Amino acid sequence: MEFVRDRGTLIWNLAFPILLVFGFAFAFGGGGDDVFSVGYLGERPGDLEFFSLDHIDFVEYADRDEALEKVRYHQIDLVVDVPEQAFYVNESSTNGYLVRRLLTSMHGDRFVQQTVAGRPIRYVDWFVPGLIGMNMMFSGVFGVGFVLVRYRKNGVLKRLKATPVSALEFVSAQVASRFMIVVITSVVVFTATNFVLDFMMLGSYLLLLAITMLAVFCMISLGLIFATRIKSEELASGLMNVVTLPMILISGVFFSLEGSPPIVRTVSRIFPLTHFIDSARAVMLEGAGLAQVAPSMLVLAGFTVVFLITASMLFRWE
Amino acid sequence: MESIIEVRDLHKSYGSVKAVDGVSFSVPRGICFGLLGPNGAGKTTTIEIMEGILRSDSGEVLFKGEPVGAHFKERVGIQFQSTALQDYITVRETLELFGSLYPHQRPIDEIIDICSLSDILDRDNKKLSGGQRQRMLLGLALVNDPELVFLDEPTTGLDPQARRNFWNLIGNIKADRKTIILTTHYMDEAEILCEEIAIMDHGRLIAQDSPPGLLSSNFEGVLVRIPVEQPPESLPERAVVKDGFLEIETNNVEEELRRLIDLHISLEGLSIHSADLDDLFLKLTGTSLRE
Repeated sequence: MEFVRDRGTLIWNLAFPILLVFGFAFAFGGGGDDVFSVGYLGERPGDLEFFSLDHIDFVEYADRDEALEKVRYHQIDLVVDVPEQAFYVNESSTNGYLVRRLLTSMHGDRFVQQTVAGRPIRYVDWFVPGLIGMNMMFSGVFGVGFVLVRYRKNGVLKRLKATPVSALEFVSAQVASRFMIVVITSVVVFTATNFVLDFMMLGSYLLLLAITMLAVFCMISLGLIFATRIKSEELASGLMNVVTLPMILISGVFFSLEGSPPIVRTVSRIFPLTHFIDSARAVMLEGAGLAQVAPSMLVLAGFTVVFLITASMLFRWE
Repeated sequence: MESIIEVRDLHKSYGSVKAVDGVSFSVPRGICFGLLGPNGAGKTTTIEIMEGILRSDSGEVLFKGEPVGAHFKERVGIQFQSTALQDYITVRETLELFGSLYPHQRPIDEIIDICSLSDILDRDNKKLSGGQRQRMLLGLALVNDPELVFLDEPTTGLDPQARRNFWNLIGNIKADRKTIILTTHYMDEAEILCEEIAIMDHGRLIAQDSPPGLLSSNFEGVLVRIPVEQPPESLPERAVVKDGFLEIETNNVEEELRRLIDLHISLEGLSIHSADLDDLFLKLTGTSLRE
């Protein structure tokens, strides 16, 4: 009966799996798995047979350097520069070899081969910012959210209300302690795994740390919103899942959003996690400097401010 | 006597239920003031309005003659009816933590003494028994050396021995010249601890005086009680039948007994006792306090 009568929990237990299924359908929408991924510059030549092959994911790039980076690190198999009548392939890539053979056998005389060399980005290099981001999101959002909701439910907050401590002081202390915990665990996880796996790191560690700290603060502020007045841990957990799981699905934690429907990519821009993962990847895999990641950092800072203001307006001791 | 805290015409409703419906009283400095009443009478609502935890719909609370101000919370100590404490910290750490929240604090060793906490100082909060927990919460209410201490049903749920121990602690606090406001639904507790009591029912104050004063103004003499299976056909004057007992309040026991015998009422199981607060409560509210 507790399950049925706790309305909030019941609704989320029903609504949540449904949302999850739709979320997946949305993210993976539009056809099955593609075997190869081919980039092109310029207008897609609709008359060429190669470009109408099934099971190749064609991605348009506006910038040649960006596309070549992708080939260099094996993130796409080949790039066709349509206006220049050339294609670029990485000689150490097996997929690149197969796609190249396909292209030259179909339109052998049309494009000139150019090669690009580079160490492949292993999946783990690419995955580690996503993993740390995900971990940071869970411990930030759930850490602060759960603790305050539990304190409210069992009366710890009421007892504190009877002391001269102000809500602002109490919440700031909670945020500060959680912030230190999450930043330290993120750094420890990164350092320990880096020691063994030697991640590709083309940018500055300091910048990566700055982005991490900003993102942790942002996630904690997000958690605070749930912690402001909810009394039931079950409801809080449901709501927090509703916010965090879509972020895991479509902010590029496990798989790249390149080639997802444009609407998915647009939606992913409203998730703070996306901005952290993108900028952390940019720093690690592309050697991006402050100027390149500044827009994402500004977005994160903006989110943090909005979350904090919302939380402070909603906060109740009881 | 100078009053330390006074409430005037408090009202508080939850929806259509009037939890507190026009309560006024004042508490003199240095006494233990008992707020009594059955469950749901409005005791906790009243005390939480006084503590500043709840907002009243109307009415005011005066602390030393002034409206409650910013420093009120620093001068009072509060023990709620039920409070969870942070897990994974010990009793000593909890006392230190709460002490650090106040600008003025009493040395922790004194608190440990007053509340007999020395045996459980290093125990984790979540491993405390009911009685130990209440001692600890009382300690928390005293960390800022308050002038006024609110105790909301501090002994509810404790075994008789733990209750008696707790009464001793309250005695220690009284010896410190602090004012105590206590809610309880144990009459014996109020009778032993309180210099003055107020009885609440249905959100209203129905009586306020010292325990002997209340008794003498409501009862004359003693109570004679006889268990009866069904109400006798003819009742003596002033006799009432309630809950399977025939009760007569009288100044002259012998005469009353003679009349009962004349009416052929069996005296088996007869008891005579002087009225206590339980009887007073029954008389005033028509319900037993222990329900």
